[in-house]
Amino acid sequence: MTQFDDVVIDIQKLSFSRGDRPIYNEVDIKIPRGKITAIMGPSGTGKTTLLKLIGGQLKPDSGSILVDSKNIPALSRSDLFGVRERMGMLFQSGALFTDISVFENVAFPIRVHTDLLEDMIRDVVLMKLHAVGLRGAHDLMPSELSGGMARRVALARAIALDPDIVMYDEPFTGQDPIAMGVLVNLIRRLNHSLGHTSIIVSHDIQETLGIADYIYIIADSKVIASGTPEELSRVESEQVKQFIQGLPDGPVPFHFPANDYEDDLLKGNR
Amino acid sequence: MRMRILEISVGAFILAGILALVGLALNVSGLNVSNTEGAYTVYARFENIGGLTPRAKVTMSGVAIGEVTEVILDRDELVARVAMNIHSDVDFLSTDSSASILTAGLLGEQYIGITVGAEEEYLQNGDFIEDTQSALVLEELIGKFLFNEVSE
Amino acid sequence: MDQLALLGRKGLDKLAAFGRAGMILFQSLVAKPQPLVMFPLFVKQIYFIGVLSLIIIVVSGLFIGMVLGLQGYTILVDYGSEQAVGQMVALSLVRELAPVVTALLFAGRAGSALTAEIGLMKATEQLSSLEMIGVDPLRRIIAPRFWAGFICLPILSAIFAIVGVYGGSIVSIDWLGIYDGSFWANMQNSVNFYDDVLNGLIKAVVFGFVVTWIAVFQGYDCIPTSEGISQATTKTVVYSSLAVLGLDFILTAVMFGEL
Repeated sequence: MTQFDDVVIDIQKLSFSRGDRPIYNEVDIKIPRGKITAIMGPSGTGKTTLLKLIGGQLKPDSGSILVDSKNIPALSRSDLFGVRERMGMLFQSGALFTDISVFENVAFPIRVHTDLLEDMIRDVVLMKLHAVGLRGAHDLMPSELSGGMARRVALARAIALDPDIVMYDEPFTGQDPIAMGVLVNLIRRLNHSLGHTSIIVSHDIQETLGIADYIYIIADSKVIASGTPEELSRVESEQVKQFIQGLPDGPVPFHFPANDYEDDLLKGNR
Repeated sequence: MRMRILEISVGAFILAGILALVGLALNVSGLNVSNTEGAYTVYARFENIGGLTPRAKVTMSGVAIGEVTEVILDRDELVARVAMNIHSDVDFLSTDSSASILTAGLLGEQYIGITVGAEEEYLQNGDFIEDTQSALVLEELIGKFLFNEVSE
Repeated sequence: MDQLALLGRKGLDKLAAFGRAGMILFQSLVAKPQPLVMFPLFVKQIYFIGVLSLIIIVVSGLFIGMVLGLQGYTILVDYGSEQAVGQMVALSLVRELAPVVTALLFAGRAGSALTAEIGLMKATEQLSSLEMIGVDPLRRIIAPRFWAGFICLPILSAIFAIVGVYGGSIVSIDWLGIYDGSFWANMQNSVNFYDDVLNGLIKAVVFGFVVTWIAVFQGYDCIPTSEGISQATTKTVVYSSLAVLGLDFILTAVMFGEL
C-alpha cells in the first residue's frame, strides 16, 4: 500500500463514548498526506465527532490521535491552539461569524495569527475569495448569502492560512445539484493546487466516491471497510454493499431498535 | 463611521453614569466634600440620649458643624457618652458650651445642638462638654404631666 | 427509592453545572489580557448591553420615581409630614429600587439577549469554529460580554436612581405643591452618601456580576437546538431574578440590618 508511506494523521485504538453509548471502539485510521480521504457511514455514527476529536475539541476515552506525531489528547491548551493553526475546518452550517462581513470573516484567522499589514491582508483575503468565486461578495454580511455561498465563504476562511489539513464536515448536505457540483470541483481543485491533506466526512455516496482517493466506512463504532473507490466497489460484505448502493434495509437496519411490531400495535386495543 | 457613532455613544453612556453618581452624591445625599478631614473630637455625657445614633448632625444655631461618631455607655458614670467630630474651622466653642439633644420636628430624627457660653478658653480635641441636656422622651414627659395633674 | 435517586442525580447535576459555571468564569477572566484586541470588542458590548438598555431604564426610573412620590404623599399627608416625601423617594430608590429593578430589567433586556446570542453562536457552530481557528471563545466571546455587563449595571442603576428622584420631585414639587426647599433639604439630611448611595452601588455591582455570569453561562452551556436556546433564555431570566432578589435580602441584612 503506497498510500501510507506518508501518514499525516495516525489514529490508534481510539475509543470514545457519549454517555453509555459507544461511538468508537478501538478504531485505527490512517490519513495519507496530500490526498483526499473520506470518512463515510450512516447518520449517527459519529463522523463529525471524529473531526472534533482530531481538532481536540473532544477528548477520547482512550487511544491516541497523532497529527504529525503530536498526540492531540495529551497536548496542553496552548499547544493545541498551535496545532489548530495548521488545520482548517469547514463546518456543516458554514459557521460564519454573523456579526462581521464576508471580508472580515475570511480575514479573521489571518488577523489572529499573523501581523500582516492591512493591504497585505486585503490581498490575501481577495485571493482566497477569488478562489471560491466570491470576490465580488466581499462586503456583504453573512445573512445576505445563500446557503451554498455561505459554505464557499466558509471554505475560503478555512483555507485562509494555507493549512496543512482541511477537514470538511458534510460539505454536500442540503446543497442544490449546481452548488454541489461547484463544491466538489472546488474541493478537488483546491486540494491539487494547494497540496494540503483533505478529510471529508459525508454520507453523500456518489459525490464522495467521485473525489476521494481513499475511503473509510464506519458503522457500529468500527471501521467496517476501507480502500480506494474501486476496491470498495468490489467488496463483498453485505453491510458495505448496502451502504454504497443505498439499499433501504439490510444489515444496517432501517428500523430503530423496537419491540415486536405486532405486539406494539395490539397493545393499543387492550 | 458606524464604529465611531458606537464609540461616541458608549463614551456618552459612561459619562452619564458618572454624572448620575455625582448627582446622587451632591444633590440627593448632600455630600459635602470639604469636611471629611480636619476635624477634632469632643465628648459629652447625657443622662438619656433618646434615639440619637452615630452620624447624627451636630449643629450650632441650626448650622451643621459636625456629626456624632460614637455612642457608648460610660462604665464609671453609668450614663451615655457621645463622641462627636467638630469641623476644625469651628474652633471657637468655649469650654462652658452646652450640648442638648433636640428633635427635628415632632417625629423627626434627633441631633445635638450646641450653644456657646462666655468663657475665654476654647474646647480642644478630647475635651468634655460638661453642661448637657438630655433628650426629651415623650413618655416621660407625659408621665410627668399626668403626675403633676394628679398631685395638684 | 427511585425518587431519592432522582433527587440525588438532580443535585449532582446542579452541582456539576455550578462547577462548569465557575470554570467558565475563571478561564474567561484569568486569561492573559490582550488590550488591543479586547478593547473594541468590549466597547461594542457596552453599546449592546448598556447603551441600548438606557431607554427602558430611564423610562422605568422616571415612572417609579413618580409613583413613589404620589404614594408617599398620600400616606405622609395623613401624618402632616408630607415634606418628608423627598426623603422617602430618595431612600427607597437609592437603597433598594434602583439596584433591584435595574437588575431585573437588565436580566430581561440584556441577560436574555446575551444568552440567546451565545446560544445561537453555539448552535451555528461559531464557537467551535473559533476554537478551530485557534481562538479561545471564552476569551473572545465570553470575557468582553462579562466585563461589559459588570460595568453597565452600576451605571444604569445610578442613572435609574437619579431619574427616579427627578420623577419624584416633579410630582411632589410641581404637582402636589410641596415646598421645594424642604423637599431637597429633607432628602439631603436623611440620605447619607456612604451608607445609602455607596451601598446601593455595591448592590448594583454584585447584581451585575451575578446576572451577567448567569446569562453567559446559560448561553455557553445550553443545548444547541432552538428548544435548548429558548429554555436557556428562560432560565437566565428566572435564575437571575431569583438570585437578585435573594442576594438583595442578604446584602440588605448585612448593610442596613443590625447583623
